[in-house]
Amino acid sequence: MRETVIRLDGVVAGYRGAGGERRVLNGLDLAVGGGEMVALLGANGSGKTTLLNVMAGTIRPSAGSIELFGRPLSSWLRGEVARSVAVLPQSLELPAGFRVAEVVAMGRTAHGARWFGWTPDDMRAVEDALRDADALELADRPVTELSGGERQRVLVALALAQEPSLLLLDEPTTHLDVAHAAWLLASVARLRQLRGLTVVMVLHDLVLASAWAPRVVVLHGGRILADGPPHVALRPDIVRDAYGVAVETVVTEAGRRLIVPHVPAPAPEPASGPSGSAPSAR
Amino acid sequence: MSATTAVRRVTFGPSPGRTTLTLGLGVSLVLAAAGAAVLAGTSGIGIGDAVAIVAHRLTGIGPVTWPSSAETIVWELRLPRVLAGMVVGAGLACAGAVFQALLRNPLADPYIIGPAAGASLGAVAALLLPVATVGWLGLGLVQLLAFVGGLAAVTVVFTVARGQGGTPVVTLLLSGYAVSSLLSAAVAVLIFNAGERLGAVISWLLGSLAGASWARVGFAAPLIVISFTLLLLRWRRLNALLLGEAQAAHVGVDVEREKRILVGLAALATSAGVAISGTIGFVGLVVPHLVRLAVGPDHRLLLPASMLYGAALLVLADLGARMAGGIPVGVVTALIGAPFFLWLLRRSASGGWVSR
Repeated sequence: MRETVIRLDGVVAGYRGAGGERRVLNGLDLAVGGGEMVALLGANGSGKTTLLNVMAGTIRPSAGSIELFGRPLSSWLRGEVARSVAVLPQSLELPAGFRVAEVVAMGRTAHGARWFGWTPDDMRAVEDALRDADALELADRPVTELSGGERQRVLVALALAQEPSLLLLDEPTTHLDVAHAAWLLASVARLRQLRGLTVVMVLHDLVLASAWAPRVVVLHGGRILADGPPHVALRPDIVRDAYGVAVETVVTEAGRRLIVPHVPAPAPEPASGPSGSAPSAR
Repeated sequence: MSATTAVRRVTFGPSPGRTTLTLGLGVSLVLAAAGAAVLAGTSGIGIGDAVAIVAHRLTGIGPVTWPSSAETIVWELRLPRVLAGMVVGAGLACAGAVFQALLRNPLADPYIIGPAAGASLGAVAALLLPVATVGWLGLGLVQLLAFVGGLAAVTVVFTVARGQGGTPVVTLLLSGYAVSSLLSAAVAVLIFNAGERLGAVISWLLGSLAGASWARVGFAAPLIVISFTLLLLRWRRLNALLLGEAQAAHVGVDVEREKRILVGLAALATSAGVAISGTIGFVGLVVPHLVRLAVGPDHRLLLPASMLYGAALLVLADLGARMAGGIPVGVVTALIGAPFFLWLLRRSASGGWVSR
């Protein structure tokens, strides 16, 4: 493992409500090294999104410590975090009236050094972000006239414009069809190589996680249940504990091992014929 | 074409041409409105005399070739009134643009979280106090209490809305509504007991520039110019806030701190304007919205353009109010603004503010 990008030690975090604090993370330890691509998995309510927000600095832990590049995250200013960490949200309402490049330029909010304009660095970063997200030809389009897949590319460009070292993705494929989900994960994998990004992504889909993430972290009850390569961390007993479902490993023709939910064998079709007995009511 | 001469294809932000056109037209409109408002009236002062009077007062040179009554009308009555209209219109429009961004709502206006109600209570209380001659720096007690009341109301609204995890804008709106209602009730009690001062009270509440003076302009103008400058410097953060609070935080905006700063500056501009003019409605709602439709939502252009067109609109509305026999200018802006507001409601029912 190369230099540690982010390290969490004994992190406790949750939400304060009328009935006191509701703990979501219960003393969680995690370290992610430079250039890693990690998938966070776990059932709804297991703490995945809270963990992502804690890493992004938008939820402060009530106990434990977080270090980003060796420095306590609590000592980072909001703008400093944004120059190192970008978050790709599940979906985002884009403000009407802007063109794509102008929204992508909002990723430069924490960079812009000029009082009243953009620096050449900002302009280059926006153009590079658009190019790397396959969105260059969308640059002049109004954001209100984008398809779902185009919007996702714009959101990727917005995150890249921040020129982050650490990219956090919050259920990025939830609203996407099969083709766009595959495009997104392939792009993230490519950008990880191209830009040396460290990637942590919350995923729901075991197949996508096992296909794309070299390292999988499974959360359960606000703690880490398993951490390792997909075929280790997504063993059937672990998945059963985390989700309560059975899974099996499928080896593709290319030799990749995918974890898929167990599909029970179909019951045999009842024999039918002109004189056959009535189909079973089961 | 070789790579070294490749032009940058990606451009963003308002183009220089559009910026120049928008701001140039705005400056021309402000100057034209101001000129018309200084010259228009029953006294029949010519443009030559008016220019000469202003030049004479500013530089002290040139022979005096006009009656002293003309000088009084131009220098002591009309010019301060025009400048007050410019300053108040600019401040309200700018504050309106900021609140619309902060609340991500095109129907927000500068009065939405309480400064108008607070200023009204302060002003009406001052009007009804038996010591109306107290003043400071040429300002009456009415202006001072209105200014303080406006700022105090916003402070209360913000403090009430502030919870442990921050200040949600919905809570801010509801808190603003509740505090405004409470203050309005107090104003109503005062109105009910106003007696012979009722006329002055109503006139202030409707909003009027009739009492404008150099002292009042000198009080409000610096406050509004300072808050505008500081707001304009935050254009990048204002734009990012349009992404929603969560993503704005991810791109580097300290959202809670930004809310305090933006609300504070916008409330300062609003309270300063209201203090010298009363509660003039619709300028802060209509102008930023119209400007946004025309030039787009980028605050780098939206804020200065809103200021210029707000200034021009209020000077023209005040001219109309004078021509219509001296009705309060707040009535004129409501007459223009209310139909526009209805059109806006119809429009926002069919078209969106964000794309989903």
